[in-house]
Amino acid sequence: MTAEEIKQIVLEIVADIAPDEDLSNVKPDVKLREQLSLDSMDFLDIVMELRKKHGIEVPEADYPRLASLDSCAEYLAPKFAEKGK
Amino acid sequence: MEKLPRIVITGVGLTAPNGNNLAEFRENLLAGRARIQEIDVRYMGKQPAGICDFDATRYQKRRELRTSTRAGSIAIYCAHEAIFDANVDFAAADKSRIGVYVGITEHGNVETENEVYNISLFNNDTKYWTHHHNPRTVANNPAGEITINMGITGPHYTIGAACAAGNAGLIQAAQMLQLGEVDMAIAGGVSESPHTFGIFAGFKNQTALAHHVDPNKASRPFDKSRNGIVISEGGCLYVLERLEDAQKRGARIIAEIVGWHINSDAGDTVLPDPVRQAECMRAALKKAGIAPQDVDIISTHATGTGKGDVQEMISMREVFQNCPTTYVNNAKGFIGHCMGAAGTLELAGNLGSFEDQLVHPCINIDDLDPECAIDGLVIGEPKKAEKVEYILNNSFGMLGINSTLIVKKFA
Repeated sequence: MTAEEIKQIVLEIVADIAPDEDLSNVKPDVKLREQLSLDSMDFLDIVMELRKKHGIEVPEADYPRLASLDSCAEYLAPKFAEKGK
Repeated sequence: MEKLPRIVITGVGLTAPNGNNLAEFRENLLAGRARIQEIDVRYMGKQPAGICDFDATRYQKRRELRTSTRAGSIAIYCAHEAIFDANVDFAAADKSRIGVYVGITEHGNVETENEVYNISLFNNDTKYWTHHHNPRTVANNPAGEITINMGITGPHYTIGAACAAGNAGLIQAAQMLQLGEVDMAIAGGVSESPHTFGIFAGFKNQTALAHHVDPNKASRPFDKSRNGIVISEGGCLYVLERLEDAQKRGARIIAEIVGWHINSDAGDTVLPDPVRQAECMRAALKKAGIAPQDVDIISTHATGTGKGDVQEMISMREVFQNCPTTYVNNAKGFIGHCMGAAGTLELAGNLGSFEDQLVHPCINIDDLDPECAIDGLVIGEPKKAEKVEYILNNSFGMLGINSTLIVKKFA
């Protein structure tokens, strides 16, 4: 799975969590919570949806790795690869 | 004892299965228009229920709706509508002096059932249980959601009082205003009950769940063929103020709350006790300083269960014998049982009578049960009263909680 595909997966999750937000100009290198109205409970929804939809576990210690789209892609790539994706 | 401040209603916000504001609701009650539909209840299939179609996005963003409970959304809608109806300059209001008191029959069952179902899809692994569970299921949720949405920093809590909860919310608010704890209250009741299968299954196994080929005829209090409760959602919140404050800001005063009482049967968990109900009504009349003959309209509880209606009418006939000008009605035939919202919705449906003297009818009484007969029962068509000065609103609930609220035309 390419970095762009992973970013798209994360964006689709964010679209469900924050349906009022315009996601067309999300900057991949800026923290999601700095450019979108997301609180800590919303952030936990990203973790939950990765678990439910993709079987990916993100331990609490790694939550900072999900801060931006770029860091998500970097962190999640090997996890998706483990899943054969 | 020092004379307590008078408490008045200055705004009403509501959503009922047959109306999303007071004018629409009242119009449908006078026109005899019920709105009950069949919904698909988890594990149980089609069941009659009352569902509201208010626009939830009017006061909540879609993101808020995603995490909100249905009861919270109903409460938020009603609270905004009530404040708007009261013509309060909300931006300038001292939000720390507003109290929110919301009656609920039950809360949290919807979310819990949903999550139990959700994790059943994941081999009952609790790591799939939502982190939103606790804020959604804490008992203060619907009241708390109002405060978050509207920036109200005064006290908020719910009043759990089964189907007497709407009245109980209003009574709590009136007391807090009289004590000077708050300067304005948003109070009443809400219900999200049709979104839980448990309440349907519970009533069904209690042989108290209504059924009929025509959903709009399923709720039929006082009719011989009644067979139980139609479970509905809804909400009705009022703005309450001390009379002096309301007059100071030039508010339109809809009615004055002049009497109330709550008591307990201390007996059966589900079968009402007419003796205690009568005591409750008498105590409210005494507080209002009026006699039974002074009451112009009685809004009955009228669940539509076989025994509940009979018990209620025993207490009614006992208190209101020889009251030739007292009319009796209920709204459950139209909207089913809105649980925590029932009391305040049913009171609201009668408030227009202060202006037009029309008493809305009961519907679905095709064959009046003689055991439910009482003088003044309005069936099928509205009646024009000579005068409407006092309305008495009864709401009773499980575990033997009885509530009576009396409002007076403001003059």
